[in-house]
Amino acid sequence: MTMESAVAEPSSATREPVLSLRGVSKGFGAVRALTDIDLDIYPGEVVAIVGDNGAGKSTLVKILAGVHPQDSGTIKFDGQIVNIPTPTASRALGIATVFQDLALCDNLDVVSNLFLGREIVHGVSLDEEEMEQRSWSLLRQLSAKIPSVRIAVASLSGGQRQTVAIARSLIGEPSVVILDEPTAALGVAQTAEVLNLVERLRERGLGVLLISHNMADVQAVADRVAVLRLGRNNGDFHVADVSYEEIISAITGATDNVVTRRASAHAVESAAANAEATGASSSAAEAVAAPSAGAVAEPLPNNATGIDDATEENR
Amino acid sequence: MTNTSVETPAERAADLQDERLVRTEGVRGAVLAFRQRVRGGDLGSLPVVIGLIVICIIFQVLNPNFLSANNLVNLTLQCAAVGTISIGIVLVLLLGQIDLSVGSVSGLAAAILGVGLTQLKWPVALAIIVALLVGAAIGYLYGLLFTRFGVPSFVITLAGLLAFLGLQLKILGPNGSINLPYDSWIVQFATSSFLPPWAAYALAVIAAGALFFSDVMRARRRRKAGLSTGALSVTLIKAIALLVVLLLAVAYLATDRGLGASFLLFVLLVIIMNFFLTRTRWGRSVFAVGGSVEAARRAGIKVNRIYITVFILCSSFAALGGLLASARLTSASLSSGGGDTNLNAIAAAVIGGTSLFGGRGSAYSALLGILVIQSISSGLTLLNLDSSIRYMITGAVLLLAVIIDSLSRRSRASHGQA
Repeated sequence: MTMESAVAEPSSATREPVLSLRGVSKGFGAVRALTDIDLDIYPGEVVAIVGDNGAGKSTLVKILAGVHPQDSGTIKFDGQIVNIPTPTASRALGIATVFQDLALCDNLDVVSNLFLGREIVHGVSLDEEEMEQRSWSLLRQLSAKIPSVRIAVASLSGGQRQTVAIARSLIGEPSVVILDEPTAALGVAQTAEVLNLVERLRERGLGVLLISHNMADVQAVADRVAVLRLGRNNGDFHVADVSYEEIISAITGATDNVVTRRASAHAVESAAANAEATGASSSAAEAVAAPSAGAVAEPLPNNATGIDDATEENR
Repeated sequence: MTNTSVETPAERAADLQDERLVRTEGVRGAVLAFRQRVRGGDLGSLPVVIGLIVICIIFQVLNPNFLSANNLVNLTLQCAAVGTISIGIVLVLLLGQIDLSVGSVSGLAAAILGVGLTQLKWPVALAIIVALLVGAAIGYLYGLLFTRFGVPSFVITLAGLLAFLGLQLKILGPNGSINLPYDSWIVQFATSSFLPPWAAYALAVIAAGALFFSDVMRARRRRKAGLSTGALSVTLIKAIALLVVLLLAVAYLATDRGLGASFLLFVLLVIIMNFFLTRTRWGRSVFAVGGSVEAARRAGIKVNRIYITVFILCSSFAALGGLLASARLTSASLSSGGGDTNLNAIAAAVIGGTSLFGGRGSAYSALLGILVIQSISSGLTLLNLDSSIRYMITGAVLLLAVIIDSLSRRSRASHGQA
């Protein structure tokens, strides 16, 4: 994979990755969901994992969250090779996962949700005051805009719920936080709030793994982008050095995708149209029909085809 | 509270710093907050308390004996057995499950008590322990079936209803009815044990004092943690109101036989379960599982353990209720736990304000609900109306309670608090 080599390890001379995956593979029956995945996450770094549907992002998250153990390969946490057989083991290591559907209990208030499963007890009874105080200090650190921690989570907005879910992941003092699509289904302002939150996690020195379909979010907060394609690594970029188009081409598989096919078809047809003026109307109709056929139908510039053919070795 | 209009945000308690919060203070604030809650659809036990008052007024007008001390003492004694069963129903409803077999399990416990005391000559304590253990074992079985095979609790307990009714008949044998020895202490306890007035008064004072001190201690802890506290005047008013109500109730009941021991046991069980539900990790887990099983599981709660403990508690409460019922009637028979026991226990929990859909409710709904049901039953009996009317009216009240539950749910949704 030529693209990966282009990325230097970020100041690896002094820092050790907090989480390091080597050759991780996972199959479900006949389907190889992940093949030889390598990934490093450093403290105080936001790594975005991007990829199309079916690229293996969720499987990777589930391996790290302890939902499914990997078939082969090693996971190192703080330099130690670890097994993550259960969600509890993942949490105990210091990996906090915020799932896409938040997993909050709507009928409980914010404090109860934050400390769910980790309640502070004083003898047999719950220490509500301690929990409420710690909730406030945590939410203040994250500059969260929650008016009261004694209201049911059901009455919070989407962004506030996401904030509670992320804040909850920090209760166990994790070193890595995995956010699965944290901005999906959020409004503009709420998305900005969550992105601020991600930056604050980085400031706290946590390694953040961000799964997102939203390139704007990725480019806004991530330090590195790891691209998965059909269950394999397909590029690892520093966000500062990479263009939107390069990421998209790595996600979709560069030269062979609906975008480039459309671009080349367009080129061929327009050439044909030039040669044969009568065919112009039919080719225009096809050009309009083409975008709806593919998932990536965003109006990409034609220079997406300019990507090196060498990236296609693992197509 | 040090809230004055000139303080800076940093001086406010940690939970009052958000400028969007409408701040309320003192007694007026408490009243305002209460009104706001009710309007937002968080009715709590308000509808059932109002309903109880309306029922009392109606029956008192129709028959002046309804609120007589004698009738009220009978009422409390009738509440104890089915009310105890209803505590268990509240627990399973909080998980969003149901137990339809509580009637059969209570009948089975009664049969074990009867046969144990009369035919096997067991000491009373042994018979009680065996009956309770059988109840717990049944709950454990339900829990295992539910968590291992994922069979809906509705079906499991429907099967249990039939199976344990059969077991009850089997244990009772061909006679079908066993009279309990009248001098055994459990019968004495359920029929003719009443607290001496001084003890009842002392208990009322202790209850009000406990409420006051727990509130004061909580306020102190909150102040120490830098959080806002309610006004002392509100605490004081609450405690004094409770004291006055309890003293009046005790004094009025004392003009007849007084406070029944079995009713006291039931109320104590309600208070204990309320503590476990609201102040322990287990209780918090019960509400979490009732709200969202998946969220609870991901939070690391051992969901299966919660289901199993709740089913065990429910069947054990059912067994205990069956023991109290048979002791009060001094007999264990084919009809023990039959008839409307099952449905009254479930209706009491729902009428009391526990949601059928899980995650909302309180142990006190067993107490309030059973008071409503027994008041209706007792009032209609006083009016010489037969059970056909009683069933219909109880059914209508249950329907009303569920409608209020649904309406308040809709109100919560429209106020963004569903």
